[in-house]
Amino acid sequence: MRFGLTEDQGLFDRSLRAFLSDRLSLETLRRLAEPGTGFDADLWRGLGGIGLHGLLVPEEHGGSGLSMLDAALAAEALGYYAAPAPFAAALVMAVQAFHSAGDAGQQNEWLPRIAAGEVRISLGFAGLAGQTGRAALRLDGGRLSGALDGLMDGGEATHFLAYLPDGRAALLEAGSVGTTVTLRRSVDRTRALADLDLAGVAPVALLQSSNDPLAAARRVCDAGRVMLAADTLGAARNMLDRAVAYANERVQFGRVIGSFQGVKYMCADMATMLEPCRAMVWYAAYAQDALPEEASAVAAHAKAHLAEVGREVARLATEVHGGMGFTDLLGLHYQFKRITFDRQVLGGPERCRHDAAVAQGWIAA
Amino acid sequence: MDLTLTEKHRALRDEVLAFIEKYRGVAPSPGGGRKRPDAKVLEWQKLLLEHGYFARSIAREYGGFGAPQDLIEQAIIADAFSRAGVSPGIHNQGISMLVPTLLEVGTEEQKRRWVGPTIRGDIIWCQGYSEPGSGSDLAAAKTRAAVDDGHFVINGQKIWTSSAHYADMMFLLCRTEPEQSKHAGLSYLLVPMNTPGIEVRPLRTMTGRAEFNETFFTDVRVPVDQIVMSRGQGWHVANITLKYERLLLGDPNKLQQRLEAIRRMMTQPGPDGSRLLDRAEWRDRLLQLQGEVMAGRHHNLRLLSEQAEGVDSGLGRLIVKYHGTMLGHRLASLALDVLGSAGLHYEPQGETGEDDTATTWQIDYMYDIGLIIGGGSSNIQKNIIGERGLGLPREPKAAVPAGGN
Repeated sequence: MRFGLTEDQGLFDRSLRAFLSDRLSLETLRRLAEPGTGFDADLWRGLGGIGLHGLLVPEEHGGSGLSMLDAALAAEALGYYAAPAPFAAALVMAVQAFHSAGDAGQQNEWLPRIAAGEVRISLGFAGLAGQTGRAALRLDGGRLSGALDGLMDGGEATHFLAYLPDGRAALLEAGSVGTTVTLRRSVDRTRALADLDLAGVAPVALLQSSNDPLAAARRVCDAGRVMLAADTLGAARNMLDRAVAYANERVQFGRVIGSFQGVKYMCADMATMLEPCRAMVWYAAYAQDALPEEASAVAAHAKAHLAEVGREVARLATEVHGGMGFTDLLGLHYQFKRITFDRQVLGGPERCRHDAAVAQGWIAA
Repeated sequence: MDLTLTEKHRALRDEVLAFIEKYRGVAPSPGGGRKRPDAKVLEWQKLLLEHGYFARSIAREYGGFGAPQDLIEQAIIADAFSRAGVSPGIHNQGISMLVPTLLEVGTEEQKRRWVGPTIRGDIIWCQGYSEPGSGSDLAAAKTRAAVDDGHFVINGQKIWTSSAHYADMMFLLCRTEPEQSKHAGLSYLLVPMNTPGIEVRPLRTMTGRAEFNETFFTDVRVPVDQIVMSRGQGWHVANITLKYERLLLGDPNKLQQRLEAIRRMMTQPGPDGSRLLDRAEWRDRLLQLQGEVMAGRHHNLRLLSEQAEGVDSGLGRLIVKYHGTMLGHRLASLALDVLGSAGLHYEPQGETGEDDTATTWQIDYMYDIGLIIGGGSSNIQKNIIGERGLGLPREPKAAVPAGGN
């Protein structure tokens, strides 16, 4: 037994961070965030080049078959640099959806295309994961109608995976007849949500091979929650690092402000809240692969706890920067808004904790 | 990351669970550590030591079980006891702080002499650190130990010496080299509490009890070999002990014990027959704390793993005391709220004080503030986290007025 990262994971993490740091100067981030689609073709190709597209796709389908912990490390790095790139839904939840409810034919058809970076699936749940907004879908005679709001990774998606209230999931092509996609620019301009209006759309695939479709959907949601928790961890860590660096350089009253206890304690508080979150996220990610009996509860707890810690760190780190933190100039707000986004998507903390209570058998669903 | 249990580990887990099932009837209530272990506690300790559920990796020649250092074994044992709400054995200053310090820097003779009786609960230690004039500024200690005829002769005063009134021994930080600079003039001595010249005066605290004492030294003589490391190295040794004290104070298994106890209370039907666990506002408070305890426990596993691999966890280790003690107090706070007005019952005196649920939680709720202050207060911890953990600059030294020190 060993609680920690492997050497390979450390290498992967460092190379991904080096890539993102090189590609995402503040100037570039500003430009890429402007349209609010959460997508840039160059960045997407670059991420594919270092193996992100097929991270979770098994080797026989053209991916690298890595673990959910590797995916969480990637999510953390993407959050750290506020990368405008589809990930949680397109590269993690979608793969998990095919694993948990796709048949062999569907896996053969779709997983290699995900790994190749040519299929980007946007994904949303109808009422299963605490999403707010419209969620009224019905499948009639093989055709899907109704409305579903807030699908993740919606910008420039090639496909949409819409979960029905019974846990089955319908895969739709972005341009198919009867599909209206409204891209909602979110407060976090690095990731977009999509609203779907559907009028008798024929799905290209229906994921329903699981014996327990609701449980299969739950696993997809759990994986997404772990990714959002990891994203917040990365974004919050970025804000803390920058607050510490700023406190070490900004001079007032003839001293760097980090030597004032008022400022130092804000940094110490952030570190104290955030440091245990790393192990919590690692554990939650690991549990998705290895500890099925705990997976749902720890995913919900990680999501809720990171949402609470993230909110505190986002405020404190901004405050440490003083008036500069409040400006657009430093771009600290990209991470701030990333944290804002992560908290609400796939259920806020109250909803996640409720789910944790159900998963532990404390109360009935 | 690999948390899979091997055949051997699964067997250990089953063995521990079976042990708990078989013996839980004779276990003392968990917690405590604020009075001298009674016969029941000592018997339980003996049983745990025999089975290797306590001091598992301490060598046999020092009185331990002699198993190889194995992180997962320790985690399995701690987890099983905390989940079952059964006492994991004695956790006092001698066992959790002095023993690891001696194992790290003590002489062979010191390890053989002190470790065994201490982990059995036969020798109780107290800590002679703080003085009226040196609390947070611990290295300013003035208690003097001069050498005379093969002995240290100690004069001075210590304060906040918990359990001094029933302790057998003290580990004492005192000044042996007054001509040296502040930090370089200290030594770490082992002093029998029955030595003539030691006077212990109880210090009544807000709990209404005297968990602490003032300890006065008047020409107290101890042989010069009763020192850990050498003269002038006391600050180094004291910091090793403080490292263990801070880990003890932030122990996430204790937090897990508390969380479980509160959850059980919340499943008891109230006067109207309903359970608090079924009420969303109460359940959410418990769940928030469960998330935090979970983060603390996983963090602890990470630290143990790093420790086993000889990696210094740096920032990760420095936050434990501050994080754990604040969380502990919030757990005690929830417990009081769950008990409500029925939890106001308070009879802290006498041997049965800690057998009463309400009194125990009230004591914990107040005592936890003592833990937040002691062992380096939260503000001192934040200085350490900020300066050693994050690399922020120290506060500039204040100008010392003439005649001051």
